[in-house]
Amino acid sequence: MDSLAREILDLTLEHLWLVIMAILIAAALGIAGGILLTRRPSWRGVVLGFANVMQTIPSLALFGFLIPVPLIGGIGKHTAILALVLYALLPILRNTLTGILGVDAAVRESAIAMGMTNRQLLWEVEVPLAARTILAGLRVATVTTIGTATIAAAIGGGGLGVFIFRGLASLDTTLILAGAIPAALIALIADGGLGWAERKFFIA
Amino acid sequence: MNAVVAFRNVSYRIGNRQLLHDLSFELYPGETLVLLGRSGSGKTTALKMVNDLLRPTSGEVLVEGVATTVWDPIRLRRRIGYVIQDVGLFPHFTIADNVGLVPRLEGWLPSAVRERVDTLLGQVGLPHEQFATRYPRELSGGQRQRVGVARALAADPPLLLFDEPFGALDPVTRVELQRQFTTLQLKFNKTALFVTHDVREALLLGSRIGLLHNGRLDVLATPAEFLHASTPEAQAFLACLDLKKDA
Repeated sequence: MDSLAREILDLTLEHLWLVIMAILIAAALGIAGGILLTRRPSWRGVVLGFANVMQTIPSLALFGFLIPVPLIGGIGKHTAILALVLYALLPILRNTLTGILGVDAAVRESAIAMGMTNRQLLWEVEVPLAARTILAGLRVATVTTIGTATIAAAIGGGGLGVFIFRGLASLDTTLILAGAIPAALIALIADGGLGWAERKFFIA
Repeated sequence: MNAVVAFRNVSYRIGNRQLLHDLSFELYPGETLVLLGRSGSGKTTALKMVNDLLRPTSGEVLVEGVATTVWDPIRLRRRIGYVIQDVGLFPHFTIADNVGLVPRLEGWLPSAVRERVDTLLGQVGLPHEQFATRYPRELSGGQRQRVGVARALAADPPLLLFDEPFGALDPVTRVELQRQFTTLQLKFNKTALFVTHDVREALLLGSRIGLLHNGRLDVLATPAEFLHASTPEAQAFLACLDLKKDA
């Protein structure tokens, strides 16, 4: 039993590592991409379309598709993180875009008429006012990534999915729960924490 | 006398819609020129050409003798105060930060910005002790518009643009703010271009009135002359005054 507890801890940390890396990369790409899309309306269809399509691919299939891909694919953690990034991208990208486009037109017009540069408009007005929406996207992405990351074990990515797949193979419910319960707890804690941050960012 | 703003044969069209036709007029130092007109007459379009939010399709707008297309838009806009009906205060900035925005962007020292903000808030009737650290959502519509006026005056711009600034206020507050506008105008003697659809406001605040009708300048006259203007559109606006007298 002691060795099981030890393994739960190790796999939980591994799971967290997958999720944190994936969310950091997806946040960087998604927020930067979302901001870029507010300045390049003609790119919106293509980029959002790509992110949408990624979401529709069943997760087990996406992990599988990446295995034969040279350089970025293969077996192991980096492939798993790549797949998780592709899933997490859409909610972050979309919320960044809608958050910034949702800034009151009168506020934006004032900022421009006061002589703000494009950069000042973005960082002093648009991003702060969209922060709450962007954070909401980040929250959705994080919670779903924590669940999806259990599939990383299928391509040798490790994490709590290792227990789940082992339990499925040996018809051992205890093992499945040893993977599922910690994953659910991480998701609840992340959801609560990011929800709290969202409320702190509340702007009337 | 050199014009602060000069419209030279300005036309503006979007697609098939011609919003301004060959508009020419000049705005002289210290005067308040009111552009009066119905919705869709082109008055807001004309106003937005002065601070380069819009550019003429043909003709040119000169500010201090230089075409808006030649001005660096950032420098131009920081020399022009702008007040709009929806105020457009930044909801995440305190009142003091809203008012002090342009001085800060212009690189004033924080102590100088604070001093300027305190003075201005006092001048628009919002004591800084009580209002500086509050947020726009905590203020009434009239108070917010006072902040909007203070913000426009902050960097002491030689020129002010007003786009129906009092249009969304209740009648009592509107009269209060119109009175304050007149007081401030007497005190600072700024050059102002003021857009409204309210003929009473135009007569009260304007040193000259430019009546716009379907994108054309229909009448350009002092308030006293305007009362006797004979064009159908001027008559239509003057008829509003009679209605109010009867009621």
